[in-house]
Amino acid sequence: MARIMEKKQLSGEVFMIRVHAPLIAQERKAGQFVILQVEPIFGERIPLTIADADPAAGTITLVFQTVGKTTHALAELNEGQDIPHLCGPLGRPTHIEKFGLVVCVGGGIGVAPLHPIAKALKHAGNRLSVIMGARSANLLIFEKEMSALADEIIVCTDDGSRGRKALVTEPLKELCVRPQKPDLVVAIGPPIMMKFCSETTRPFGIPTVVSLNTIMIDGTGMCGGCRVTVGGRTKFVCVDGPEFDGHQVDFDNMMKRLAAYRNHENTAHEKCHLEKELRALRETGAEKT
Amino acid sequence: MNAERELDAPHSTPEQLGKSAKALLARLEPLHASLTPKERLAIPVQEMPSQDPISRRHNMDEVALGYTPEQARVEAMRCLRCKSAPCVKGCPVRIRIPDFVASTAEGNFADAIKIIRENSLLPAVCGRVCPQEIQCQKECTVGKSLKSVDKAVMIGRLERFVADWERENGLQKPPLVKPETGKKVAVVGSGPAGITCAADVRREGHAVTIFEAFHKTGGVMVYGIPEFRLPKRIVENEIGILESMGVTITTDFVVGRTRSLADLMQKDGFHAVFVGSGAGLPKFMNIEGENLVGVFSANEYLTRSNLMRAYDAENADTPIMRARKVAVLGGGNVAMDAARTAVRLGAQEVHLVYRRTEAEMPARVEEVRHAKEEGVIFHILQNAKRLIGDASGHVTAIECLRYELGDPDESGRRRPVEIPGSEFVMPVDAVIVAIGNESNPLISHTTPGLITNRHGNIVTDETGKTSIEGVYAGGDIVLGSATVILAMGQGRRAAAAINQRLAC
Ligand SMILES: Cc1cc2nc3c(=O)[nH]c(=O)nc-3n(C[C@H](O)[C@H](O)[C@H](O)COP(=O)(O)OP(=O)(O)OC[C@H]3O[C@@H](n4cnc5c(N)ncnc54)[C@H](O)[C@@H]3O)c2cc1C
Ligand code: SF4
Ligand code: FES
Repeated sequence: MARIMEKKQLSGEVFMIRVHAPLIAQERKAGQFVILQVEPIFGERIPLTIADADPAAGTITLVFQTVGKTTHALAELNEGQDIPHLCGPLGRPTHIEKFGLVVCVGGGIGVAPLHPIAKALKHAGNRLSVIMGARSANLLIFEKEMSALADEIIVCTDDGSRGRKALVTEPLKELCVRPQKPDLVVAIGPPIMMKFCSETTRPFGIPTVVSLNTIMIDGTGMCGGCRVTVGGRTKFVCVDGPEFDGHQVDFDNMMKRLAAYRNHENTAHEKCHLEKELRALRETGAEKT
Repeated sequence: MNAERELDAPHSTPEQLGKSAKALLARLEPLHASLTPKERLAIPVQEMPSQDPISRRHNMDEVALGYTPEQARVEAMRCLRCKSAPCVKGCPVRIRIPDFVASTAEGNFADAIKIIRENSLLPAVCGRVCPQEIQCQKECTVGKSLKSVDKAVMIGRLERFVADWERENGLQKPPLVKPETGKKVAVVGSGPAGITCAADVRREGHAVTIFEAFHKTGGVMVYGIPEFRLPKRIVENEIGILESMGVTITTDFVVGRTRSLADLMQKDGFHAVFVGSGAGLPKFMNIEGENLVGVFSANEYLTRSNLMRAYDAENADTPIMRARKVAVLGGGNVAMDAARTAVRLGAQEVHLVYRRTEAEMPARVEEVRHAKEEGVIFHILQNAKRLIGDASGHVTAIECLRYELGDPDESGRRRPVEIPGSEFVMPVDAVIVAIGNESNPLISHTTPGLITNRHGNIVTDETGKTSIEGVYAGGDIVLGSATVILAMGQGRRAAAAINQRLAC
């Protein structure tokens, strides 16, 4: 059980909550996630990346977009109320070291999980270029926080309502052709964005880390529901990841698997899942981030 | 084989079985004490009342309904009370079987369950899920005399009966707990190994906390084994007893992630830790197409259905694929559970594909029989070579290969050898992989100094002690995929070692 200490609506569909979870706050490292369940008996378990933590206050920060039943239910909870089940920190932490110049690319609410990684990279002495994108200005989150960390920041929106009217891959390519090539790219956002970021950096041979947001159940390696193909081998995102080499990930297979519960639904209830997942795919962010 | 014969036989209703047992008991009761072995051997095996195979295909309720008191007494009268008690040697926890069976025959069910409880903590579970045909019942003299293990005294059914009788009559008493010792023990995992260890350590007056990763307790008994074989309320009842003994249960806590094992001991003051974290990682075959949409591990399929209750589509948020034509790969209990779950989720055809023959299937005989009764189609000496998908990445077929049996391998089972050129294609819209588990590396990876073998199983001595002082382990994490009763036995053995350690 974890109490919600603070709740903020960042935009129409994006919420930030600060949750009392002292052990997780103490143990978590950049890149890790939690699994939570809002309805204790019939609810589903969903992963959310930890956006920040305050070990002294014993709290962690989660950012989510209301895309499905569980995220909607979570958004219904208010300060002072409890999330019945919260478990973590799960997954392997991000590998942090001094690489040199690192480009952090965040799409939609992918910026939330990117933030602690950017912070850790900055602390390790890296120079940071940040590219953040969203469909439109009102969906940009953590811009202030990212600006504070970045040596250079490029904001873009699909509709041009703020910053450049471009997809994030455009400025990413420009950074890749500069004389000082980035030493590492970290891209977090919707699968399609991570795929194209990886394709952008591939010809330049720039190592590219992505954080995958597959469907999960247990989050401890027990079910294999989160598996993806990486470099031709089967990997479990919850225990082997969530971060992988973007050049090795089979994104097409992953996106098809993410859509698994869309095609063969027949009962009314499953139709509800259909709508929710279709919506999830149309929006920029996916459930995890 | 007897299973075949029973398959053809019409389904007897529980009422019919109860009625004929009643009549038989009326005849046997006056003679009971003086029955000769020959007369006992002539008493017919009491069939387990079960839900009709046709209607049970559409519900998740328990299939085996349990003996009536009369059936239990008649079945118990078949026991010859052999001096050497070979059945006891077949029981991994050495229950005094002839004694509990004798009490059952007399109708003294209270004594019967008391005798079982000396050795087993979870009789209602074991009576349902133990592979008795390769344990106690395999050694039974009655079965041997009648030349079929199917005719042994049905020890497991009797165990289940008296355990259910005790629970249903509200006679279950939590074991006595000695005065608090001030010592603290952590138990990782709430499967049968953890539950048993927790109970036995708590009895000595030590404070016990169970840490469970999931939101629910019971391990495989709640997420793996389906409701139709082991109702959740039975497991919940056992957990309730632990709680009434004062065991603390902390769910949503992953040891190695939420807190390291070392921190539990060094910072949180636990004097000993028992690791019963179970088997874990499902194996895949490393063949083409195994990550197609519609391909699941049995763990995922069963967890969605059982733990997340996806079978209850009206209420559950977790979806499960409702496939028409399902193939299950494997021949163990897990494969049978997955196949029978698929039947209940409305599949029109469920195909079980197994590399060896039925004789080598590790599943309990009863599960195999129930699966067949429910219409699961068995394909033996076949194996998947690759999985074929469509443009949307959805599995549409399996390419299979036929096998024949060759020479015996290390396990003594005849090795299946593929027949070159025997490929054929089986159209399916879902594939469930049930070919076993690898051990979960989470704890060993986050616990320096904890020695594992090459399969990743934690290495222990015969008392359950690991390479780290004060850390014990047991169950599937030590044995690989084993059984409930073996996990329970190991939990008990480790508890004895922990109690001894804390006594000084
Ligand atoms: C589908 C299926 C059917 C089966 N059928 C039978 C049968 O008919 N008869 C039979 O005898 N056996 C059967 N088995 C095998 C039997 O269930 C297992 O051998 C037994 O449950 C093992 O018990 P355990 O206590 O070692 O582990 P488990 O029951 O696996 O429990 C381990 C628990 O530990 C938790 N855990 C793991 N890691 C951590 C961690 N780091 N921190 C905290 N908690 C953790 C897990 O969530 C789990 O709840 C079956 C298994 C399956 C999967
Ligand atoms: S515990 Fe299992 S092996 Fe032992 S008597 Fe009972 S059914 Fe047989
Ligand atoms: S979520 Fe179950 S194995 Fe990763």
